[in-house]
Amino acid sequence: MKQSSDSPIILLLSRVISPYIMLFGLYVIFHGHYSPGGGFQGGAMLAASILLIRISAEEKVYELQFKKSFDIPLGALGVLIFLGVGLIAMLLGGNFLDYHFLPMDWMPKADVRAMGILLIEVGVGLAVMTILVAIYDNLLEDEDA
Amino acid sequence: MKIINYSSLVLVGLLLIYASLGLPYRGDTEALVNKEISLIGTPVASSYYIQNAYKDTNTPNIVTSILGDYRSFDTLGEEVVIFTAGIICFLLLSRERKSETK
Repeated sequence: MKQSSDSPIILLLSRVISPYIMLFGLYVIFHGHYSPGGGFQGGAMLAASILLIRISAEEKVYELQFKKSFDIPLGALGVLIFLGVGLIAMLLGGNFLDYHFLPMDWMPKADVRAMGILLIEVGVGLAVMTILVAIYDNLLEDEDA
Repeated sequence: MKIINYSSLVLVGLLLIYASLGLPYRGDTEALVNKEISLIGTPVASSYYIQNAYKDTNTPNIVTSILGDYRSFDTLGEEVVIFTAGIICFLLLSRERKSETK
């Protein structure tokens, strides 16, 4: 895309819609214990809200929302959250990704496992969001030059 | 030639429809896939999940507790696949690398 859309209507509309998509994506991630959803779906919706601004606004504007240089490091952080939860459980005496052994003693064991699921869903959502945005950024990079 | 193509398509479609008539109804307790004990006498994993998933993980959504807890290693693999795709795009397409080679 050589130039972003010149129309202020499109920019205004996507600026209004984008936060609601983002909010719903967060809801899908954090409510995945009780309703359909989870890290992958919620991460895709967060990516949709970011890409909407990227399509409609110019680079100076969308760099304010989510910097290009954060794409790959945050994706790696998402994978590391998942791996880290598994490794902590392994270091504290359980199997890999056995949430029973996470260091949260003030809760009953079933709740600890629910918290472990929540942690890895956050990691998955972060990785999916940033990687989808990173693929878009890298595909468009040459045309901008 | 075209007639053979289309007729074979229709034949395969009819075969699939005929085969689907033999499938068990959803939620049929007599069907083999819904039994607690499999054909060879071993317990079936899905019945364990249905009976114990809420007690084990305190999560009402069984799908989430299976994907995130019992089968989390598989989910880790999926996430690594997505991350690998992003890294490959970054390595192949990023601008800094191209300017180095030129």
